[in-house]
Amino acid sequence: MPDQNELAAFNEAVLPHLGTAYNLARWLTRNDQDAEDVVQEASLRAFKYWKGFSGRDCRSWLLAIVRNTYYSWLRQRSDQPELTEDGEVDNVDDSTPSPETLLLQNADREMLRSALEDLRVEFREVIVLREMEGLSYKEIADISDVPIGTVMSRLARARKQLQIYLTNSSARNSL
Amino acid sequence: MTCKDTRNLLNAYVDGELDSAGSLSVENHVQQCASCLSGMENLRALASLIENGALRFNASRHLKRNVQAAIRAANPGAGSPLFGWRWASALASVVVIVALTWGVTTQWRRSSEETLLFNNIVSSHVRSMMANHITDVSSSDSHTVKPWFGGKLDYSPPAKDLTGQGFRLIGGRLDYLDNRPVAALVYQRSQHFINLFVWPVRTTEITQDGQLSRQGYNIIHWTQSGMTYWLISDLNPAELSECARLLKE
Repeated sequence: MPDQNELAAFNEAVLPHLGTAYNLARWLTRNDQDAEDVVQEASLRAFKYWKGFSGRDCRSWLLAIVRNTYYSWLRQRSDQPELTEDGEVDNVDDSTPSPETLLLQNADREMLRSALEDLRVEFREVIVLREMEGLSYKEIADISDVPIGTVMSRLARARKQLQIYLTNSSARNSL
Repeated sequence: MTCKDTRNLLNAYVDGELDSAGSLSVENHVQQCASCLSGMENLRALASLIENGALRFNASRHLKRNVQAAIRAANPGAGSPLFGWRWASALASVVVIVALTWGVTTQWRRSSEETLLFNNIVSSHVRSMMANHITDVSSSDSHTVKPWFGGKLDYSPPAKDLTGQGFRLIGGRLDYLDNRPVAALVYQRSQHFINLFVWPVRTTEITQDGQLSRQGYNIIHWTQSGMTYWLISDLNPAELSECARLLKE
């Protein structure tokens, strides 16, 4: 039976990362209410496992739980099998020419937001963890439970897709 | 370095995840290559767009309160007093679920540790190829390679030269696997590099010998004289098995 001290320790160590947890959940679910549900469920799970947590990095630990909770929520909801791990250490398609830097710089915030929302979920996830939370490849690999090589290739592909999306919409806008 | 190599490393370079040798070769290349330079500028432009885009979502003020309330509700005794029989029965079902999942997770943990190790071995191999940092000590002489590990590890890995049999020892490197520093011995067969990771067996370790393939790499594992061996390469399974056989001899 958890006692007062345990709850206090949990609150002190884990709750400061709720903001980060919410941002990840919000980008994964793309919806306020769903994100709150996922964070709440993840926090319950986190507290359940709190005793067994040997505690090096609370933030990564909580983010990994948020991510897992999201995927089980998704499965329940859509009855779809979990996305299979592509696992490939593939190269970005080099045949796509590099977009114009200037067009990229002219992209506005709304474009960026919808570009990111349109990405496949495993790409969105690495962008959020790397660009918004500033996590290292190693931390992202641990959270997403994939090898570092996969983190690298996902990031490269995600960024390429964002660049292409943004330069296209920014070119359309300037017509 | 070629454009293709550089493109593969650009993201890691911009993210500050390359070692100094890797960074240096990327910098040298982009000084002479406009196309890779613009690739790098695009990555930087995108990063600053995202940084300045205020894309983070902030949690509402009630989220923290709701989370705390949910935890207290699911764990009577951890907070508020006075819960009726409803909570007792809810708690009982939670206990049953926890008990059920406990069995599942302890069984699953072993295989997830294995998966993690496989993944880390593949990652180490891939990194050693990507960053042009395959050896810390380069020599085909086992009398140079073996002593180099002395003082760096608490065991002495075998460094067998198989040049005569078509697998040239090209050197050794310190790596980190299975939560400990390990020896990586590097062999070359025509254009293929082979990493051999060696460390002393832990009692809880995967002891079953075997062969598997991951992400296009072939991996052979065995234990011998208290050491665990992991051989990995993009070489075909038959030749890699031959290499393993010679190493075991």
